[in-house]
Amino acid sequence: MAEIVSLREAVAELVGDGDTVAMEGFSHLIPHLAGHEVIRQERRHLTLVRLTPDLIFDQLIGMGVADKLVFSWGGNPGVGSLHRFRDAIENGWPTSLEIEEHSHAGLTNRFVAGASGLPFAILRGYAGTGLVERVGNIKSVQCPFTGETLAAVPAINPDVAIIHAQQADVHGNVQMWGLTGVQKEAVLASSRSIVTVEEIVQTIELRPGGVVLPTWAVTAVAHVPGGAHPSYASGFYERDNAFYSEWEAISRSRESFLSWMERNVLEVGA
Amino acid sequence: MTRTGSGTGNLGFTPSEMMSIAAARELRDGQVCFVGIGAPSTAANLARATQAPGLVLIYESGCIGAKPTTLPLSIGDGELADTADAVVSVPEIFNYWLQPGRIDVGFLGAAQIDRFANLNTTVIGPYDRPEVRLPGAGGAPEIAGSCKEVMIMIKQSRRTFVDPLDFRTSIGFGDGPGSRERLGLRGSGPRMVITDLGILRPDPDSCELTLTDLHPGVSVEAARQATGWELAVAPEPRVTPAPTEAELAHLRHLVSKRPQGSSK
Repeated sequence: MAEIVSLREAVAELVGDGDTVAMEGFSHLIPHLAGHEVIRQERRHLTLVRLTPDLIFDQLIGMGVADKLVFSWGGNPGVGSLHRFRDAIENGWPTSLEIEEHSHAGLTNRFVAGASGLPFAILRGYAGTGLVERVGNIKSVQCPFTGETLAAVPAINPDVAIIHAQQADVHGNVQMWGLTGVQKEAVLASSRSIVTVEEIVQTIELRPGGVVLPTWAVTAVAHVPGGAHPSYASGFYERDNAFYSEWEAISRSRESFLSWMERNVLEVGA
Repeated sequence: MTRTGSGTGNLGFTPSEMMSIAAARELRDGQVCFVGIGAPSTAANLARATQAPGLVLIYESGCIGAKPTTLPLSIGDGELADTADAVVSVPEIFNYWLQPGRIDVGFLGAAQIDRFANLNTTVIGPYDRPEVRLPGAGGAPEIAGSCKEVMIMIKQSRRTFVDPLDFRTSIGFGDGPGSRERLGLRGSGPRMVITDLGILRPDPDSCELTLTDLHPGVSVEAARQATGWELAVAPEPRVTPAPTEAELAHLRHLVSKRPQGSSK
């Protein structure tokens, strides 16, 4: 049964230094405020996992939370670079960042294997790319039935998955809808999970196309309205595209980044 | 969007606009197109607004049959999900829809391209000490491998048309004839590369990109100058028809409604 707790308690109890932490949400339902809480609690040496490291990972990396990043596309969609991500990789600021990169299909299937209790996943992927030589976790396997050669990637089983959803009920059952990315797989692949939600209702009304995580499959639920901003929560608020554009200037220099984080994250309570 | 492209000052359209319009014309009504963000998304939505209203747009965020009325800033904007025929998970979009070869056209951009239309979106400079760390692979390697064919949009210059690539993120024709077959790829690979100067297509025998079309006002010499290898040129390159007023109006309308602050 998921416990309904404050975000501060959830992060304090479930995210430890050195953990592998997946924060998922593909454009939609990105757990920004949970990421801010991880920054405020000064976690260190995390391995961060996410298909599309966007602004929240730029912030986590720039604040020195991570030693390693596992990802498949690191940019500010439609705007340009993630400057803190680039500064870490190109210049080792604020600390050096080890990277392991995949394609979306490859990293997605790492989560699928993790959620399925399998040691690895197969896919038609990575053929002819330089990633095969650069990334130790991309190998090939022969189909025992057809003899065909396919790409193989190991399961990923994070210590903690953190996601944002539209709603939970008072028992901790979670429902999300719209674009749901790989959040279900991330939660089921991980040892522990934190779900922040826009609202807590008495009883969930099942929605067509809604994705439900039953309470016994979730560790903690926290009521965090607005927790996905500047990404969006379908049915609650739209993507703040203007902020994504503004992040370009805020994040370009270390000084303006740190000053923004000080004012907007560190000085703000959970 | 810059309006200072060289050599087109009096034509009434920019090289970028010509690139978007030339690309949109190549998408056919009823095709299923896996769309990358940025320039390909603009061109694909222009095609829907003009000659290909039944073009099915697929975005890797999980949107199948998206019909946005404004250009999305990200590949997962609410506008895409709200207007889609179906919204599916990311494992489903890659495993069930892309991987089996159901998609007609993969539509990609890149930072660098080589003579065999292989693409780099990973790093400029050495991998371990990059001069510029680019976003990385995203969906591109499997789009490039599994779609029935691929279209590429990229501005042409000596910085983008390079040989060799700093990193091969996604395959075009690999090292030349036979590469895709040896790798077991099912898709036929790049059909064309649309740039701000013209259109290049792979030679049927050598697979090498060959300049087959020049946009109005662009010379073969200008295209050669903007290519980091000795550019193959068709005997008599066609001249791309200039944008019609309707095409320009649709494109400018789409771009004017683009979300605030988008830089490309």
